[in-house]
Amino acid sequence: MLRVENLHKSFEDFKAVDGANLHVGPGDLVAVIGPNGAGKTTLFNLITGHLKPNQGRILFKNQDITRLAAHEICRRGIARSFQIANIFPRLSVFRNVQVSVLSQKKLSRTLFRPAQSLVVEETHRILDSVGLSDKKLDVAGSLSHGDKRILEIAIALGNEPELLILDEPTAGMSPDETASTMALVNRLAREQGLTILFCEHDMEVVFNVATSIMVMQHGHTIIQGMPEEVRQNATVQEAYLGGV
Amino acid sequence: MVLLVAPFFAARFYIYILGVIFVFALLAMSLNLLVGHGGIYQFHHAAFYGVGAYTAGLIAAKTSLPFWIGFCAGPVMAAAAGWVIGLFCVRLNKLYFGMLQISLGSLIWIVALRWYSLTAGDDGIHGIRMPEVLSSTINAYYFLLAVVSACILVMFLIYKSPFGVTLRAIRDNPQRCEAVGIDVRRHQLLAIVIATFFAGVAGVMFVVLEGSIFPDMLFWVLSLEVFIMCLLGGWFTFFGPVVGAAIMVALRTFVGSVTEYWTMILGIVLILLIFFLPEGIMGINFREWARGRSRRAAARAAEGTDAAG
Repeated sequence: MLRVENLHKSFEDFKAVDGANLHVGPGDLVAVIGPNGAGKTTLFNLITGHLKPNQGRILFKNQDITRLAAHEICRRGIARSFQIANIFPRLSVFRNVQVSVLSQKKLSRTLFRPAQSLVVEETHRILDSVGLSDKKLDVAGSLSHGDKRILEIAIALGNEPELLILDEPTAGMSPDETASTMALVNRLAREQGLTILFCEHDMEVVFNVATSIMVMQHGHTIIQGMPEEVRQNATVQEAYLGGV
Repeated sequence: MVLLVAPFFAARFYIYILGVIFVFALLAMSLNLLVGHGGIYQFHHAAFYGVGAYTAGLIAAKTSLPFWIGFCAGPVMAAAAGWVIGLFCVRLNKLYFGMLQISLGSLIWIVALRWYSLTAGDDGIHGIRMPEVLSSTINAYYFLLAVVSACILVMFLIYKSPFGVTLRAIRDNPQRCEAVGIDVRRHQLLAIVIATFFAGVAGVMFVVLEGSIFPDMLFWVLSLEVFIMCLLGGWFTFFGPVVGAAIMVALRTFVGSVTEYWTMILGIVLILLIFFLPEGIMGINFREWARGRSRRAAARAAEGTDAAG
């Protein structure tokens, strides 16, 4: 479904991504792991068009999306969340999700119909599925950190994505929140047939949930394979797991 | 209601002042569509107000075309100018947008100031004749009231529409908007065209009220005043700019008639505003405020009983 081939991106002299390769098949739950600064977030930003690569190709459903703008890539069916809670702080929780549903339905330039009566059902369905319905009238900026992260995922779901990219979905969460968030991600993947690509620091989470793991170091892909394969790999153990 | 019957009670001078408030309320609201709801720093909004006024005024003064053509052409020309300038400006973000916008807007001001044969330069054109029905202050007042109300209604519909919601989302977080598939620049440009159209309407209304056009209408200082109206009234609220416009026009008229240093009073008001009401007058959350008050009162009462006990 998604194929990243030999991707390079440098910021002045610093090579953030230096030969990244990634393969995501339909229905997969792929984790990208690697030490801080390995280039995981940069890789995600390249895939979603927020950054442009210096070299390499990104194919989505066999089409080249390397040079497309962020909003065009989104239209093709890739939605994402960000590492730092990235929501619309002054709007209500309901509106936060509604904005992305409106955009998905190509209604965001409608001028003379009340937004109140549009895509209400779809928005409620998404809020229900992530468990934020009872907070729908709260101002998003006043939510707890954990709820903001969940809201981010809900916003991404508004785009009815085929591929959902989550950049450290559990960053800054308590162990309890981490567990329930990953359970949610797992459930969404199964119930809605979503393909999910995520990066994560918590190794336990990664090896429990992921169907495939890609390991990065210094912007370079060391290996991608099944969790067991990765655990056995000598280079990975040396470079990253440090003898776990 | 009060505004409908006002002409029967108030002196003509006050009717005129109300008319001026209508014009600036419309202008400030159209700007707030960008600044408050869109997060777009349109620093030189008066340029488009001027384009609307000059278009209507010049058509009335220099051609024999019927008046109504000028009335319609004003807002259309303003929106066209907004589109052209916006096309360049939306490529930049925030303050850079504002800077470029001031410069390009000032070009229009220079044209109005220097194209002597057409615009009569800094003299402006005065005594533009209005159609018979609009020549009396009272009739002009009602015409203004009707047009401005209609415009505000349309803007309110836009504010409540999916486009309005999306615009506020862009204000809050443009990067996230791109990630949910919104073409941020196209939305901003559409917002600019809409806002400059209504600025043009405000310009035409000024011509109806005043019968004059002059280059100061396009000067950036006026833009600043309109900007302050938005901040003063409450730029995250829909009706805030109306309040801001009323206060500013009242200050200018009544304090201005006592001392020419009325801007000093304005400065003091602004400083107080920034310290105590950063979200403007209508930005006060009255419900929160009332709740806080009752909570404090309850706390006091509880303390009282404790002390008594």
